[in-house]
Amino acid sequence: MCTIRCFEESVKKDFLNGEIPGFVHLYIGEEAIGTGICGALRDTDFIESTHRGHGHCIAKGADVNKMMAEIFGKKDGLCKGKGGSMHIADFSVGMLGANGVVGGGYNLATGAALASKMILKNDNVSVVFFGDGASNRGTFHEAANVAAAWKLPVIFVNEMNCWASTTPYRTTTAVENISDRALGYGMPRVIVDGQNVFEVYAAACEAVERARRGEGPTFIEAKTYRIEGHFVGDPEKYRKKEETMQIFHDTDPLTHFLDKLPAGVEFTQAELDEILAAARAKVAAAKEYAVSCEYPDESEYFKDVYVD
Amino acid sequence: MRKITFSDATREAMAEEMEKYPEVFVMGEDIARQGGIFGQFKGLPDEFPGRVIDTPISETFIVGGGVGAALGGARPVVDMHFADFIGVCMDEVFNQMAKARYMFGGQAKIPLVLRAPDGLAGGGAAQHSQSVESWFIHIPGIKVVAPSNPYDAKMVLKAAIECDDPVLYFENKVLYKESGEVPEKEDEVPYEIGKARVEREGKDVTIVSYSIGMKNARAAADLLAKDGISAEVVDLITLSPWDKECVLNSVKKTHRLCLVSECVKQGGALAEVAATVAEEGLEYLDAPILRYGAPFTPIPFAPTLEKLYRVYPEDLVKGIKGVL
Repeated sequence: MCTIRCFEESVKKDFLNGEIPGFVHLYIGEEAIGTGICGALRDTDFIESTHRGHGHCIAKGADVNKMMAEIFGKKDGLCKGKGGSMHIADFSVGMLGANGVVGGGYNLATGAALASKMILKNDNVSVVFFGDGASNRGTFHEAANVAAAWKLPVIFVNEMNCWASTTPYRTTTAVENISDRALGYGMPRVIVDGQNVFEVYAAACEAVERARRGEGPTFIEAKTYRIEGHFVGDPEKYRKKEETMQIFHDTDPLTHFLDKLPAGVEFTQAELDEILAAARAKVAAAKEYAVSCEYPDESEYFKDVYVD
Repeated sequence: MRKITFSDATREAMAEEMEKYPEVFVMGEDIARQGGIFGQFKGLPDEFPGRVIDTPISETFIVGGGVGAALGGARPVVDMHFADFIGVCMDEVFNQMAKARYMFGGQAKIPLVLRAPDGLAGGGAAQHSQSVESWFIHIPGIKVVAPSNPYDAKMVLKAAIECDDPVLYFENKVLYKESGEVPEKEDEVPYEIGKARVEREGKDVTIVSYSIGMKNARAAADLLAKDGISAEVVDLITLSPWDKECVLNSVKKTHRLCLVSECVKQGGALAEVAATVAEEGLEYLDAPILRYGAPFTPIPFAPTLEKLYRVYPEDLVKGIKGVL
């Protein structure tokens, strides 16, 4: 969580400085979800991420130097500078890619789960992250139906952050909880406080175990809030800054971390500060690394269109 | 040599590849219990239990799930029932399947084959008769093939399954039932994706086609031969990446080019061939390029109207005689 927070703050600053090309979408305030979920996974498990995917990538174990280099568009980035923030992936840790298409990941994760269970006969689990906005894509329906019908080892993780770009959840969606829909597919669901990493982790462990036992998919709805604009630079004319900052003040998973420690766990503010300081140093080094890397040579242009 | 149908040839290709690679599987609508709407999967479910999968009517899952299965380490073949339905899952084709390798800097490999039965079948009308291959030659990252005879149907499908890139395999509904010579397995010559074939040598005009369009090309060449005109017939087989060298060499020899396909002529796959010959081989040409395809309309139902959608060998003969 600390690395994700520091990483996103650094990316925000460098994007506004003009050092990072394209556009970026930040995960600030939602760190507990990616962290809690990926904490329950092995390297051989898969995740399908979103355009707001830096947190998922870090939580799944991607190298932050190479991640930062990718976001800067450098040749030493995870994707050789060809993907950028919205199309970042690290196959070495099972991070099968962010997706520039909202709702593009459900079927990919479900297909990977099908391959694991029905064809390759291993016990790998796949996770797909998606927001409340993405839950309105038809792709969800097709993937959720198949996943439940065939009891595939896939976990649908809804980051219910209340905003689909500039459009508030209530204006486009009638159900109280996005996960209410899971019931219609015959899929169990659990609603968790997405600001509480322990709660997310516990739900993830249960869902992962269930999936590995061959009992099928679980829908985890993690209630959170999108603190940043849709993208860095979003003027956010559609909502009041004070309200957002109040929510952040009240629910920030980092500042409220100690309040949520499970009974019997000893952990101090000083220890947390130490971890944060280490994360800050790690991210500063990643930024330095990214800046020091070269942009890809033009000779790279035609590579990787095809294997053969 | 033994003769088998196009449909049987695709089934042999599937069986041989599934035998060879345990990670090959196939999913689509009505392929296991029914054996495919055109019978092209019959027998495979018994031979490979659990690896021929009936899906719900969910094209987005069929293709997107296939891409995901490929990312997860399998080698999927997915069936589109009718090529017309690919529009349902276009994002999965052009943003996911085609882009994963490039945008992830070469980390991803998508060894997927999308099989798509296409073409007029008599009364299929607007949404069950189309040939949509041309949409896909505009998309870098996927390969597009469309064989015209049983032997190629088998060898091209085997090559497609063994290819580590995504391949769209268009198989014509009328061709399924047609028989042709297919050698025994030990005498087969592997097909290399991207290669065209000069099927018949000639010196007066080059006729280029693929898939069912080859019937027109061959018939026109026969008719022309009766009048002493020698046509060279080129079967493109792969539409993307297509064999530019083969076509340019042929035009260099014959100095005339005639293109024919069943799909809508405007923006068709062969428009790319025409444009390339105009760009790179204009000096070889002694006459304007002739191009035959369907009119720019949806496909009508009534037989009296559907026949107007078709191209006939006589059209080619008339055109070619006009430029000799």
